[in-house]
Amino acid sequence: MAQAKVKKIFYNAFWKDNPVFRQILGICSTLAVTNLIINTVIMDLGVIFVVMMSSFTVSVLRNLTPHRIRMMVQVLIIAAYVIMVDLILKAYVPDISRALGPYVGLIITNCIIMGRCEAFAGSNRPLPALVDGLATGLGYSVILLAIAIPREILGFGTLLHGTAWQVSLLPDSFTKWTIMVMAPGAFFMLATVIWIVRALTDQGQEDEAHG
Amino acid sequence: MVEIHPFVILFAAIFTSNILLTNYLGMCSFLSVSRDIKASWGLGFAVIFVMTATTAINWLAYYYVLVPTGLEHFWYIIFIMIIAAFVQLVEIVIEKTSPVIYVNLGIFLPLITVNCAILGVSLFMIIRGYDFMQSVAYGFGGGVGWALAIIAMAGIRQKIKRSKVPAPLQGAGIALIIAGIMAFAFIGFSGMIQVQ
Repeated sequence: MAQAKVKKIFYNAFWKDNPVFRQILGICSTLAVTNLIINTVIMDLGVIFVVMMSSFTVSVLRNLTPHRIRMMVQVLIIAAYVIMVDLILKAYVPDISRALGPYVGLIITNCIIMGRCEAFAGSNRPLPALVDGLATGLGYSVILLAIAIPREILGFGTLLHGTAWQVSLLPDSFTKWTIMVMAPGAFFMLATVIWIVRALTDQGQEDEAHG
Repeated sequence: MVEIHPFVILFAAIFTSNILLTNYLGMCSFLSVSRDIKASWGLGFAVIFVMTATTAINWLAYYYVLVPTGLEHFWYIIFIMIIAAFVQLVEIVIEKTSPVIYVNLGIFLPLITVNCAILGVSLFMIIRGYDFMQSVAYGFGGGVGWALAIIAMAGIRQKIKRSKVPAPLQGAGIALIIAGIMAFAFIGFSGMIQVQ
C-alpha cells in the first residue's frame, strides 16, 4: 500500500468526511459523554478501538458474507467488540464505567461505526479498512474533545476534573455555568462547533445521513 | 429504586427526564426526520409502539433467559437482535394485514432498528433495576416523550424556514440550538419529581 494512499484515506476519513460535523452521525454519545474530559477520553478510546477492529473484521469477512444479511453480521461483529470494551472498562475503571452508563453499550447503535463498515470496509481490503477506521475514530475524538474542554472549563472551572491531574483554571470567584454540564449546554456547544468548522472550511453543504 | 410507582416513572420519562432532551438518545433520526411534520408524526408513533413492546420483551429475556443461564454479558447482542427481529416482524405483519398503516408507518420501521433511543431505554431499565410494570411504563413514557419532542421540533423548523439563518448554521446547526432551548424548557419540569 503506497504512502500517498494511506494519507488520502486518512485525510478523507479524518477531515473531509468527518463523522460529526460533516455527516451529523453519532450525535447521541457526542452530547452525552462530553461533560467531563476524562469521560470523553475513555469513550474516545472505546470508539476508536471498536471502529478500527470492526472495520478490519468486516473487511476480512467481506467475501464470505452473503449480501442480504450483511447488516446483521456487521451488528454482531460490532456488538462483540463493544462487549469487550465494556468488560475492560468495568474491570479497570469501574467509576467511569458507571458514569458512562448505557452509553458504552450504545456504541453499537452509533451510526458512525455502521456507516464506515457499510461505506468503506465492505468494499476494501483489510489494511485500508483499518486505517480508515482509525482515522474516523480520531476525527470523532477530536470533535468530542473540542466540545468537552469548554464545557468542563465553564461548568466546573477545572481541567481533568475527578482525576489525579486535576487543574483549576478559573478562580473561586467565578460563577460556574452549571448549564454547561447539563443538557442544553451540550446542544449549544455542538451547534457552535459545527458553526465554526463550517464557517472556516466554507463548505456549507451537508449530506445528513440517516441512522 | 424499586419502590417508585409506574405512573411516576411514566410521567418522569415524558417530562422531567425526556429521553431525547436530557439523555440525548435518538438524535440522528431526530435531526434528519424533523424537517417534515408528517414524517415526524409517523416516526413518533412507530417509536412509541416499538419502544413499549421491546422494553417488555427485553425485560423478559433478561430476567428469564440471561440471568438464569448466567449470560448477562451478552445482553447487548441479545437486545439488539430482539429489537431488529421485532421490527422486521412488525413490518411483515403490517404489510400483510393493513396496507394503510404500512404506507404511513412502514417506511419508518427500518430507521428504528438503528435508533439508539430504543436500545438506550432497554439498557437504562436494566441498569436502574426496574421491575416489569415499571419497565413497560418507562418504555411507553420514553416513546411518548420522544414523539413529543420530535413533533414540536418539526413544527418549529417549519416556521424557521422563513427566517434568515447564517449559512454555516443551516440544517443541523440551527436544529441543535433549538433543541438546546427546548431542553431548557424541559428543565423547568425537573423540580416536580426526583426520579433519575
